[in-house]
Amino acid sequence: MRTRLITSLPLLALAVSAMGALSAPVKTAGGVSGTITFTGTPPRMRPIDMSKEPSCASQHPTPVMTETVMAGAGNTVQNVVVYISAGDQAGAAAAQPVRYDQKGCQYVPHVLVMQVGQPLEIYNNDQTSHNIHPLATINPEWNKSQPPGTPPIKATYAKPEFITVKCNVHPWMHGYFAVLATSHYAISGNDGKFSLAGLAPGKYTITAWHEKFGTQSQEVTVSASGTVTANFVFKALPY
Amino acid sequence: MSRIPLLACAAEFGLLLSATGLLAAQAQTMSRIGNVTGNADAGKREYRRYCVGCHGPAGDGLGENAQWIDPKPRDFTAAVFKCRSTPTGSLPTDEDLFHSVSRGVVTTNMPSWEPLTRQARANVVAYIKTFSSRWATQGPGTPITIPAETPANIESILRGRDVFQKMECWKCHGPAGHGDGPAASTLTDSKDNPIRPYNFSTGSRFKCGETNADVYRIFMTGLDGTPMPSFADLMQPNDAWDLVHFLRTLQPLQTPEAAIWQTWLPAHAKELKPLGPDQGGR
Repeated sequence: MRTRLITSLPLLALAVSAMGALSAPVKTAGGVSGTITFTGTPPRMRPIDMSKEPSCASQHPTPVMTETVMAGAGNTVQNVVVYISAGDQAGAAAAQPVRYDQKGCQYVPHVLVMQVGQPLEIYNNDQTSHNIHPLATINPEWNKSQPPGTPPIKATYAKPEFITVKCNVHPWMHGYFAVLATSHYAISGNDGKFSLAGLAPGKYTITAWHEKFGTQSQEVTVSASGTVTANFVFKALPY
Repeated sequence: MSRIPLLACAAEFGLLLSATGLLAAQAQTMSRIGNVTGNADAGKREYRRYCVGCHGPAGDGLGENAQWIDPKPRDFTAAVFKCRSTPTGSLPTDEDLFHSVSRGVVTTNMPSWEPLTRQARANVVAYIKTFSSRWATQGPGTPITIPAETPANIESILRGRDVFQKMECWKCHGPAGHGDGPAASTLTDSKDNPIRPYNFSTGSRFKCGETNADVYRIFMTGLDGTPMPSFADLMQPNDAWDLVHFLRTLQPLQTPEAAIWQTWLPAHAKELKPLGPDQGGR
């Protein structure tokens, strides 16, 4: 069965490229872009006391701030994962591994996006032990130790989920794995901007997720050419 | 390019799926402990009588006693278990659950249910598995293999002491194993409740058993849902047995390891660097 499927793939690709050649003047892919902002009082980030872990504290000349809400000028928000939650024909998972680093007792990046089934590699760059404890509830929850100089921990996740990651040894270390079913995703920069490109014309639901502000969704219709704008405004609750 | 093979393939796949689904559903309402088969319907009656006060009618660990209990009762809907013979992240075997129910969990409010018959305990295990769909969608993990124990001698104990230092066990458990390491006061479980690391000086039993093989299993599989990680990818069986032998010397027990250690130590104490943050070891 498998051989038949595989042999049919190149033919299909040929057919698609032939179609592409015929309709060359018309753009077949649009996109969605926008800016993510919030209203209300900007939550204050606090300095992290790493004095219990001198090997990490010494790497930071000024105290590291918490990264829960990273706001930019004009109340833009960084680290918002924007992805297509409906209307997308999810393709095969990306084969290249995504990398998650522990450096200076921080997670880099703070939010790591990956696709379902995509290989994940976790590195310890510090001179101290970390334990990587992704608190998954839909996927299995595991917890592994990683002393300095040990090889990367490799894992994959089978189901879409936003997973909190923590290190029990260093309680200030908090990060997230965003495991998505789609290959169409973006993560907002400090200017709050995101852009999803290469979308076939059609209706989509796009969802924006933030660790503190939660999720929002909206429907967009992507035409054969041009980029649709979709902005998200989160509400910062006073606390 | 015909569509038929694809369709046939899909049909076969569907058949396969439904067959495994059936098997899984069956496994979810039954348990197998040696020659005893547990039944979830019968287990429900036992559960409603003995377990519900702490673990709650919905199995979510929110029984009426839960608010007075620390550590909190297990939430069966999450299907994350401390005591397993299987790798971290996987479901325990029926036997693992059976042993936890029978043994009880030392330093917690979970008593030993040995007074119930084996059949009753097997039934309870079957019923516990109905609270999470994980039992239907994934089977238990494959138990780790524990090779034969290496000889417990002073060399092994000293190597185990080096492992304790290198793996930074002291970060939580403290240089003397008193559960007072630098990270100890900050530890929380997966539900953000504070939790204490094990204090080796308090007794002979561990949460998941008391034999040397039980100790081996605890740090190789990790205690899921707690800060205790798995060291399976980091340790060879020899290292692991060495660590077991060293850990035994931290307990107030007249074990063979403790006897070896106490005989050796007085004449050699000065040769040892202290354990802990100052790059100790030998």
